[in-house]
Amino acid sequence: MADMSPEKTKMPEQEPEVRNKNFLEVAKGYTPELAKREAGRCLGCKNPRCVEGCPVSVPIPEFIGHIQKGDMEGAYRALSRANALPAVCGRVCPQENQCEGKCVRGIKGESVGIGRLERFVADWALENNVANTDKEPDNGHRVAVIGSGPAGLTCAGELARKGYRVTVFEAFHVAGGVLSYGIPEFRLPKSIVEKEVDKLRDLGVDIELNTVIGKVLSIDELFEMGYEAVFIGSGAGLPQFMKIPGESLVGVFSANEYLTRINLMKAYKPDSPTPIFESKKVAVLGGGNVAMDAARCAKRMGADVHIVYRRGEAELPARAEEVHHAKEEGIHFDLLCNPVMIEGDERGRVRAMKVIRMELGEPDASGRRRPIPVEGSEFEMEVDTVIVAIGTSPNPLIRSTTPGLDANKWGCITTGEDGSTSREGVFAGGDASTGAATVILAMGAGKTAAKSIDEYLKNK
Amino acid sequence: MPKKYEIVRKKVLTPDITSISVYAPLIARKARAGQFIILRASSDGERVPLTVSSTDGDLVTVVYQKVGDSTMTLDELDAGECLTDFVGPLGEPTPIEGVKKAAVVGGGLGCAIALPVAKALHDAGAKVDLIGGFRTKDIVILEDEMKNASDNLYICTDDGSYGYAGFTTGKLEELLNSGEKYDRVYAIGPLVMMKFVCRVTEKFDIPTTVSMNPIMIDGTGMCGCCRVTVDGQVKFACVDGPDFDGHKIDFDETIARAATYKEFEQRRRAEHKCRLEGMSNG
Repeated sequence: MADMSPEKTKMPEQEPEVRNKNFLEVAKGYTPELAKREAGRCLGCKNPRCVEGCPVSVPIPEFIGHIQKGDMEGAYRALSRANALPAVCGRVCPQENQCEGKCVRGIKGESVGIGRLERFVADWALENNVANTDKEPDNGHRVAVIGSGPAGLTCAGELARKGYRVTVFEAFHVAGGVLSYGIPEFRLPKSIVEKEVDKLRDLGVDIELNTVIGKVLSIDELFEMGYEAVFIGSGAGLPQFMKIPGESLVGVFSANEYLTRINLMKAYKPDSPTPIFESKKVAVLGGGNVAMDAARCAKRMGADVHIVYRRGEAELPARAEEVHHAKEEGIHFDLLCNPVMIEGDERGRVRAMKVIRMELGEPDASGRRRPIPVEGSEFEMEVDTVIVAIGTSPNPLIRSTTPGLDANKWGCITTGEDGSTSREGVFAGGDASTGAATVILAMGAGKTAAKSIDEYLKNK
Repeated sequence: MPKKYEIVRKKVLTPDITSISVYAPLIARKARAGQFIILRASSDGERVPLTVSSTDGDLVTVVYQKVGDSTMTLDELDAGECLTDFVGPLGEPTPIEGVKKAAVVGGGLGCAIALPVAKALHDAGAKVDLIGGFRTKDIVILEDEMKNASDNLYICTDDGSYGYAGFTTGKLEELLNSGEKYDRVYAIGPLVMMKFVCRVTEKFDIPTTVSMNPIMIDGTGMCGCCRVTVDGQVKFACVDGPDFDGHKIDFDETIARAATYKEFEQRRRAEHKCRLEGMSNG
């Protein structure tokens, strides 16, 4: 008989006033006892709606059923069959809109904590060195994957399990893409990312770091080298700026730069050779998850931090949990405020930012109410740092060096539902084709493309 | 066969400037004059962008000056040892098409980057005057190589100890005043030098290409740290450059941005020197 308590089993967390001064993980994860208790809330539905809500179709009732019986290895085998990066997804997926959003327990009370259980099982496997190395025999076919972020790693893992010889090409000196440079340590420890990547290496995936496709090798050259199909999962790495005066002053950073310095280059460590700007008061422009990450990093670096967002609380694109965590940690929210210009001092450094108040009008094309400036409401915020987190677009390096590869007007590579592109044998997915979205959608696209590549090569 | 990213040759050019040739066959095959690489000398090191000085077979040669913590760490590696990371070629090659006569102006370490540009022009059949500026005679680098890559080589020293006495801008202006005509001038060196070269060429209305080396992290357009304002538009030096129209660059902004981490860099440099001295004393 299922545990009918209406609330999720709480996951231990660091206290806000403690964690906003360190980079250790905020949420500490379930113990086996807590995991079993939470697993007991799952009804094991015959027609599990949660699975429909999962972009990579994790067999959720099955893995939770194993936890109920205390069979963690069985749980991991079921989970890892469908998801190449479970320790990552358990931490960063927006479960409330996906699996948990569809859970029947959510109708009268809180849904089952599927994300928390996924994280528990994945962490258990990492700690106990349990691997799922099931794979079909080597079929001799070679596939190149461009980018080692969530889309590329998932595609690579799926193909390796089907017996393909997969090489992943990564531009940076570390694998993981946005998991390594973007998402901060306190949400997704880099040791977890490394271990998940190592599991893919154990499956036979070869990862070539420091290789910028579009520069040192073109896609056409990859085919000449004997790769029979190519998956482009190069993400949306190009930062957008506001295009307001003063954006090139010293002290204005893209969120990409600020986060990369801290996460990838470890600038939060006192002995890091990578510099980080010593900020006292920071304005983070934008209201998405990346803005929350940048704000929470800046807070941990010792600054007073303000999120400046042109719409209201209800329109914040960030996950509710991220907003909640940021508020708990003492981040201020200046909502319905839009930056007009950034002002500098005589040394060309940020001194202040001029902001105008906004009000919400009729819904726009995105369905959200359109922000309209309130005349005469300008005011000045005294800040020394501005972090721009208003979005990113796909990097043009690959499409500009691959003849015949179609993209839309935003630079996103055009794909069919199966991930195929306008070039034969070339597939794409994740942010490179959708524009900036979520880790799990990118993983779903990687998985779909792997299936299409398998079919393409079998029928070739 | 050398190992991946092995320093095959290391040549001390002056007490501060060193040239290393690194085993990186794919990059060596692709790199063109004006492009750069990014290297890391240790597993927790900074990403250091350096413009390619020359390529030869499977080797990529870059020249660095021991100015900060990271280049001092790089200098601790000897021939036979390997860099941790070496990625490139990044950026766009220097545009040389259609140029029949050019002046290439290099300042200090910039001469190591001016050299491949001069060579590319020279190899393409252009007439090349190369003006290389140094503080003093003892720190002149790559003189023979520059001579071979140009029709006329003019070495300038600030203190007058060798060649033309004065700055490169003085020599360039002298040549222009004497009636020399150039299709294009290329300036590569300290920001202040490039700024003043552009002032001179503006007077004579000669298109001028400058090579930017701002602070950057990834070198592929992802961080936006290297942005420069060109003709009122924000450009990323790593992907749109590093070469730009020198008459349209906002040099003052670029100079301010280059000093973003000045205090941090000074502190790290002092700490590094302490560590080295500590080691040799201990």
